[in-house]
Amino acid sequence: MPNPTRILYCHCAYAQVVPADTKAAVLEQLSASGVSFEAVPDLCEMSARRDPGLADIAAADGATIVACYPRAVRWLFSAAGSVLPEGVRVVNMRVAEVPEILLALELPVETP
Amino acid sequence: MSNARALRIVLYEGLGSRPLDAPVRLAALRQLLESGYGVTRVATGTGMAALPGEGPIAVLGRFEQAQPGVAESHGDGRPVFFCNVEGLEPDGMLRGLEELHARANTAPRAKWKPWFPVIDFSRCTNCMQCLTFCLFDVYGVSKDKKIEVRNPTNCKTDCPACSRVCPEVAILFPKYKGGPINGDEIRDEDLHREKMKVDISALLGGDIYAALRQRSADAQARFSRERDEKRALDERRKCLTKLQQDLGIPPEVLAALPSLDQIQAKTARAMADGGGEEPL
Repeated sequence: MPNPTRILYCHCAYAQVVPADTKAAVLEQLSASGVSFEAVPDLCEMSARRDPGLADIAAADGATIVACYPRAVRWLFSAAGSVLPEGVRVVNMRVAEVPEILLALELPVETP
Repeated sequence: MSNARALRIVLYEGLGSRPLDAPVRLAALRQLLESGYGVTRVATGTGMAALPGEGPIAVLGRFEQAQPGVAESHGDGRPVFFCNVEGLEPDGMLRGLEELHARANTAPRAKWKPWFPVIDFSRCTNCMQCLTFCLFDVYGVSKDKKIEVRNPTNCKTDCPACSRVCPEVAILFPKYKGGPINGDEIRDEDLHREKMKVDISALLGGDIYAALRQRSADAQARFSRERDEKRALDERRKCLTKLQQDLGIPPEVLAALPSLDQIQAKTARAMADGGGEEPL
């Protein structure tokens, strides 16, 4: 099989800490793009459940994770028994503006 | 937390299928995620990639040719269920998945309480203050004598108290509203605040619990001498409110504050369970 996809989007489905507009816009642009990606309901829930899928995601060298604070994401993976490689980039939807997130994902940014 | 196997979803628009209409794709993604399904989107012109995790896979697509009802994935032999979603709206896709659970021996995701601590081991010094402070046995000691989050589901929702008492700012609650508890970078003033917290503890004789109990006893004695129950209750409420505000502790947690003896006994038990030696 080819390598796993390199974009992981966390929907943070169990809390309202990521601005709803940001989540909606990022998911919409991902959906409209021609790229393959992984989307998970909530990385925290996966970590608490020690989901083995986190290890596979961590193994995808050069992945971009769109979720929340990088320190939180890194230690969520660790709590589930997976170490994120140094090359993994974490984009923080709690603070970053949508255009910045889309640029990080190399998706087109619509200008008003 | 339920250990039932999860059904992994593939929204397949790759080779051998027609793409979904854009609004249907977006609505399906949203509804699947909000229903607790992990989704792999396979885009037009691409093929299936290795999927994360384990357990059965449901491939939803508008297939150009008839697909077998079930097959095995290459490599890991996971069962793969093909579901033709031609003409279906997202609600219909979800209904189809609900029916698939019985055949796939999986279960929908149960509701989950999004509150548990995560340890930043780049900062943790294994001092065990979190273990001694937590009233709900969230923490334990591993076989290699390291602090660990053993019972995350025991954690009291919205109580970040262990994070507040951690002298190294090493405990995160990713769903917390503010930094650095939510995982935001730690600034110098955060460290300064934590240092002050430890210094305050030291000023109280190194045992904040004993100090609190002594304060409570002093207050009781003073107020009993004054025979002013209302004033005593007001003072107690004021002290508790101040503590709650300073540490962000839910009132029921503070009300259940254990004695020093209980705390020491709990730490000793945890160290013994973890195969470690009892603290001096």
